[in-house]
Amino acid sequence: MPHTKSSRFARELRQSVLLTPSLLLLVVFFIVPIILTVYYSFTNLALTGANAKNFHFVGLYNYQTIFSDPKMWQSIKATLIFLFGSLAGQSILGFFIAYFMKKKNRVFRSVVGPCILAGWVMPEIVVALCCFAFYDTMGTANAFLSLFHIAPIPWLYKHPMLTVVLANIWHGTAFSMLTYQSALDNVSEDIEEAALVDGASRRQTLVKIILPCIKETIATNTMLNTLQTLGVFSLIWAMTGGGPGTATMTMPIYMYNQGLKNYQLGQGTAIGMILLLIGALCSIIYMYLLKPEKA
Amino acid sequence: MKAKTVTTLQYVTLTAIAIAFVLPLLWLLFAACDGNANQALKIPHIWTVKNFKSVFSSARNVRGFGVGLVISVTQSAIVVLCSGLAAYPLSRYDLRFKKAFMFSILFMTALPMIAVIVPVYKMYLTIHLLDSIWGLVLYLAATALPYAIWLMKNFMDGVPIELEEAARIEGASTLQIIEKVIFPLMLPGICVTFIFTFSGSWGNFFVPYILLSSQKKLPASVLLYQYFGQHGEIAYGPLAAFSLAYALPSVLFYILSQKFMSKGFTLSGASKG
Repeated sequence: MPHTKSSRFARELRQSVLLTPSLLLLVVFFIVPIILTVYYSFTNLALTGANAKNFHFVGLYNYQTIFSDPKMWQSIKATLIFLFGSLAGQSILGFFIAYFMKKKNRVFRSVVGPCILAGWVMPEIVVALCCFAFYDTMGTANAFLSLFHIAPIPWLYKHPMLTVVLANIWHGTAFSMLTYQSALDNVSEDIEEAALVDGASRRQTLVKIILPCIKETIATNTMLNTLQTLGVFSLIWAMTGGGPGTATMTMPIYMYNQGLKNYQLGQGTAIGMILLLIGALCSIIYMYLLKPEKA
Repeated sequence: MKAKTVTTLQYVTLTAIAIAFVLPLLWLLFAACDGNANQALKIPHIWTVKNFKSVFSSARNVRGFGVGLVISVTQSAIVVLCSGLAAYPLSRYDLRFKKAFMFSILFMTALPMIAVIVPVYKMYLTIHLLDSIWGLVLYLAATALPYAIWLMKNFMDGVPIELEEAARIEGASTLQIIEKVIFPLMLPGICVTFIFTFSGSWGNFFVPYILLSSQKKLPASVLLYQYFGQHGEIAYGPLAAFSLAYALPSVLFYILSQKFMSKGFTLSGASKG
């Protein structure tokens, strides 16, 4: 049979039949919600009140409303602090654990590794409970501080943001540790030793040799952590509910409050839309970094 | 600094970090087995299983675990089936849209899907899928699918096509090839995909919290939240026991997945010689 354009199309169509169930699911429950997000964010969609009966297109009204609401700016600020706090903590801690663990006693490694991994393997809501109890006024953190005669600190009321960041670091560090462990394993030991023989200090070797070797891993790991951290809801919701006040109200929580608690679906969707755009941007950067040749 | 001092310092730092990381977990273990548990870490005077007994003597809790299991198993089965079917053409055929498709899939794996939950809520309200286990399962399946397709396609790439061709020459039908050649070789990949998907939905609190409302349909994750998220009087012992039982499948599946992953895929050897 000659390979005309139409016969190739027919063949590809026939061969793609097995994709149908996946495509159906993805279109209906993944792509349609994304399209709806864009659409609803420009409407006055609401479940109660006058707008509920009079659904129409409102242009940029939702965006104007949310950006003129001081709560939006508070939530952006909270999101940024939560994001950068978590990123810094998880990456730095994860890297140094991986770096120090290299060439250590095997038994020691097999004890320390699981200690770090445990917080990662736990479901988010269990992490929330463990940290909620840990940072309770009568909890383990204060019991430890009392050994040094430090008065109990009401962590969740006095330092709510710091507490949820610490909880997220407990949860997420293992991922960075694992990523950096496999990256460090691929750094040739010869280069490292050559640098040391040539008289470089340990810090010089780390900054000038090791870090440049794994810079791509640092970038991908940061992107993945960013995407993961932007989506954190359960941990904060269960620990503080976004409070006290608006202290830990990150964008997902603001979105939930506006959209599903106050039933202003249009506004909630507009917040979701902004979150989605930031996520999409990070996702594109991540793909660019990954350059999947295999696909 | 001498090399030995540096090494010692590193050991000390690592030990301190490990202790700091393990403390909240130790609290969970000890509190679950302590009849008088409170917020702070302490070794139980008397070790007891009474917290576990009280958790599982409640029909509501048992139901929560059962519902969670039904949701996760159904969702994972759908995801494995769909992604397994999709992986075949994506791995075996030369399709023009393949590269764009795989790019879109990778893009979708990274999107924070929490951002679209408000429209999903409205959509489910309109098509009467709100407070429906099926609705929840389908949504969870769709959001887990991109990563599963990515995994399955890569596993399928690892199954040498030569084995399939050899079977075809011997006169095997397509169905027989799937049953006797592809399925057994894909089994580790299928298990890994199943485990990842299962752990994802078992640990998911947010989506069932939004999409379900009837008390009798709530999975364990939402019950757990109800027991301590409202910040009333908290019974720490039973709560820790509940959490421990709830976290156990996630931990076991993680260990299991490591086993599958570390075995590696040495199938390419079959096509040599």
